[in-house]
Amino acid sequence: MTTPEEGPAVQATPRALELIARLTARHGPLVFLQSGGCCDGSSPLCTRRGELLIGPHDRLLGRIGDAEFYVDPDLYQRWGQPRFVIDAIADSGDTFSLEGLESMRFVLAVPGEP
Amino acid sequence: MATATKEFTYAPPGASGSVVPLKERYDNFIGGRWVAPVKGKYAVDLTPATGQAFTEVPRSTPEDVELALDAAHAAKVAWGETSTTERARVLNAIADTIDAHREMLAVAESWENGKPVRETLAADIPLAADHFRYFASAIRAEESTTTEIDKDTVAYHFREPLGVVGQIIPFNFPLLMAAWKMAPALAGGNCTVIKPASPTPWSLLKLAELLEDIVPAGVVNIVNGPGAEVGMALASSKRINKVAFTGETATGRLIMQYAAQNIIPSTTELGGKSPNIFFEDVFAADDAFLDKALEGLVLYAFNKGEVCTCPSRALIQESMYERFMARALERIAAIRQGHPLDITTMIGAQVSTAQLEKITNYVKIGLAEGAELLIGGKRNVLPGELADGYYFQPTVFKGHNKMRIFQEEIFGPVLSVTTFKDEAEALEIANDTMYGLGAGVWTRDGTRAYRMGRGIQAGRVWTNCYHLYPAGAAFGGYKVSGVGRETHKMMLDHYTQTKNLLVSYDPKPMGFF
Repeated sequence: MTTPEEGPAVQATPRALELIARLTARHGPLVFLQSGGCCDGSSPLCTRRGELLIGPHDRLLGRIGDAEFYVDPDLYQRWGQPRFVIDAIADSGDTFSLEGLESMRFVLAVPGEP
Repeated sequence: MATATKEFTYAPPGASGSVVPLKERYDNFIGGRWVAPVKGKYAVDLTPATGQAFTEVPRSTPEDVELALDAAHAAKVAWGETSTTERARVLNAIADTIDAHREMLAVAESWENGKPVRETLAADIPLAADHFRYFASAIRAEESTTTEIDKDTVAYHFREPLGVVGQIIPFNFPLLMAAWKMAPALAGGNCTVIKPASPTPWSLLKLAELLEDIVPAGVVNIVNGPGAEVGMALASSKRINKVAFTGETATGRLIMQYAAQNIIPSTTELGGKSPNIFFEDVFAADDAFLDKALEGLVLYAFNKGEVCTCPSRALIQESMYERFMARALERIAAIRQGHPLDITTMIGAQVSTAQLEKITNYVKIGLAEGAELLIGGKRNVLPGELADGYYFQPTVFKGHNKMRIFQEEIFGPVLSVTTFKDEAEALEIANDTMYGLGAGVWTRDGTRAYRMGRGIQAGRVWTNCYHLYPAGAAFGGYKVSGVGRETHKMMLDHYTQTKNLLVSYDPKPMGFF
């Protein structure tokens, strides 16, 4: 899933990669599913591999660190198949996502921004 | 009464003269008592108004969820057998105490969430009280049914409680969303364990302080902590008989998956991207209705856009777009943003830094995909103590429905506007979304309003109104906006199960053996 002129379909900032490594060391292998909708929608959900059942229609966009990153195909289509850049910020978010335990939050950054 | 004063700012909770008493630290509410978290850890609660911490709440662990479930299970038989007369009395008493402490709860919720106090005083708190009254009435009026199968055989249908339910509350209406979930659960004879949202863990504890002497111990239990630990432990527990969740779609999937694994029912409300449709006839006269329609568009800024049904897509008939939008933008420019506890403030602060970051990024995405910024678009840095608060300017983009800012819920004060030529195109754009929670239709033509209302794939179509949330009108999603309905007595179906007694009064054997 790489277009040469644009880069990979999903990538993570150094901060996010560092957090993924830390979470992996603590919880084992991770899986991301891009969310949508209410509240903390638009951020990906990060769970232990096997916690969230990946469905037959979910699309594997790539890997960030050692973690697989999935997206619902309808959501992916409707968002215009964007490049996903995953960043991490300090936040006490309303989330089932694992990084909440570290008072951090994975968020989508805008591609091309530092 | 303070709200009648023209210029007035409530003192923040705990400050001298505040209507909200504040402790340095709060515990979990379990079994009618205040229970310290097992591991003794606490987290600070921030106010979005200033970005400063103002109290501490438990950073609980799964052990605390078990304690709450113990308390709920200990209470469930007695509460389930409590007469509906008595259950209704308790619900009405909750409503009365909410009304009696309206200002205290309104200020607490505003301070914790960042929403303007004029909204909590006028909407969140009175609606929460009314919700308990509605379900008090509904449960009194419930009747079991009997069916005469034949002359000597009768089927009796009783509604029985599910037992113990787990309820996960979102941050956008910390008290009202808790009321939406608690009231039907309690009316149906269930005990509940509630996990408030992490950014808004405290205002519900202020309500719990009022419930200590009203609700029997163990019927309502509140445990705070991270969703990834406490929310997950509750939602996946083998000791709950139902789970209810409001939030985003990925976690919604997880909740429904846990429910499937435990073979229990779930209800989920997962957001939307609600269209608000304005036909050219709203401009047929410059009258009260036009005024109402313009307000209807600006309601995207209500609760700073942090509403699952935020009317975040405005579809405006092309023939009146310029006139209508010019008037609407005047009104948006006049929105007063400021201290949430100032009663003249119309828009407050976003709930968290993550939300602020997300909104900022969506504005960049909108600009990058070629949408035209009509107003706003930036974080609003207010003076003095509010400088570090999470304020974002009311923002409007013009673009088209295929853009990402038209497809994804931004959960901020960002409106995406587009135009349509005729009714068919309006309907097509309205339904061109993954979601189907809310919609608005504005027209003076009642027949068209009906056609559109029936054609829109959404659970609630506000017709010539928006953002009304009365008990008695069913609320819930079509498509990926979730499963189940709230704020209506049909909710009792989600919180009870049917017991059928099939009784033969015929002494004769069947004759098979």
